[in-house]
Amino acid sequence: MSVTKTFLGLLEHGASYGYDLKREYDAYFGTEKPVAYGQVYATLARLLKSGLVEIDSVEPGAGPERKRYAITDAGVADVEQWLAEPEAPEPYLQSTLYAKVVLALLTGRPAAALLDTQRTAHMRVMRELTRRKQTGDLADQLICDHALFHLEADLRWLELTTSRLAQLAALIKDQGTAPGDDEQR
Amino acid sequence: MSMLTCLELEKRFGRTPALAGASLEIAPGEIIAVTGPSGSGKSTLLYCAAGILTPDAGKVVFDGQSLDRLSDSRRGALRREQFGFIFQFGRLVPELSCAENVALPLRLAGARRQDAKRRALEWLDYLEVGELADSTPGEISGGEGQRVAVARALVGDPRVVFADEPTGALDSINGEHVMRLLSEASRNTGAAVVLVTHEARVAAYADREVVLRDGHTREL
Repeated sequence: MSVTKTFLGLLEHGASYGYDLKREYDAYFGTEKPVAYGQVYATLARLLKSGLVEIDSVEPGAGPERKRYAITDAGVADVEQWLAEPEAPEPYLQSTLYAKVVLALLTGRPAAALLDTQRTAHMRVMRELTRRKQTGDLADQLICDHALFHLEADLRWLELTTSRLAQLAALIKDQGTAPGDDEQR
Repeated sequence: MSMLTCLELEKRFGRTPALAGASLEIAPGEIIAVTGPSGSGKSTLLYCAAGILTPDAGKVVFDGQSLDRLSDSRRGALRREQFGFIFQFGRLVPELSCAENVALPLRLAGARRQDAKRRALEWLDYLEVGELADSTPGEISGGEGQRVAVARALVGDPRVVFADEPTGALDSINGEHVMRLLSEASRNTGAAVVLVTHEARVAAYADREVVLRDGHTREL
């Protein structure tokens, strides 16, 4: 997720000090991975330089001065454009799992066991997310559901591949080459 | 310690093998998901475990008692008194109100009408469908009907609830709602749940998963 764009969006919601911005970001989006202070100030410095935010006011603090940041018109336009653009759907065509299955078959290792081990790992995470969802608020539920639907999609693929393993093994054995190589030659 | 054990069950329908050495153990209060592709034998395993079907080989032991040694009437009594059932499409009796549907297992076990109704209403309330007590199944939605079916399965304080694709006919939101209420009720009452499902998100409500493939079980 783009920290820069989310900072801009939060600043459009209201001008903020770096410390408060970090707290707001972490509360909404950083439950799993809070943003580091160093990244907060580096990001704000970049946004200042590009004219997307400005210093709204400066207050003397116990240590260094406290700067309050506000979004500029150019920053608002940037947020507007980012929200309007759909995210590129992830094509998932370079799957590590698929590579592992093919390599297991090529090297004579138990591919079915590999798929089962992966299923167990996925299900463990899904159980944790389901427990968290049951005790969490609406934000927690939506975040967990997003992860659960993706994990479920992986599991469907694991199931399908398990049922086609013999077919894939036969293809690899017969061809002695990668599937699809014929067309490239 | 296991309360219900299925050991090396085999079952054929004609020439088609449904179970070919399926095993399962469930402890009190545990929720176990039985998953697997269509036709892998999930429902057959559930019906054998619940004493509805008799396996061709292997045995089912509940509380130290082998089900195949019980007479039909004792097996029927065991199902009524110790087990609860939830099916994919609710299978509520269309002529009865929701409260009467939920009270039915208690009435069949000999409870007085007023006692059965009171407990039925308590369970309907718990499952957040108390206001539907006087409605008939034809007047309520699929999600509501399934919550009534969960109430009917739990009203007799069963030791084991057998749920066969309980969310299979529901959309995501209603399915989640039914699973949240069923798993909460199981934790609160100590009833074990054997949950047959092909949906991973539903299986994630269970404590563990047993996968059936071609009639064989495998614990993952």
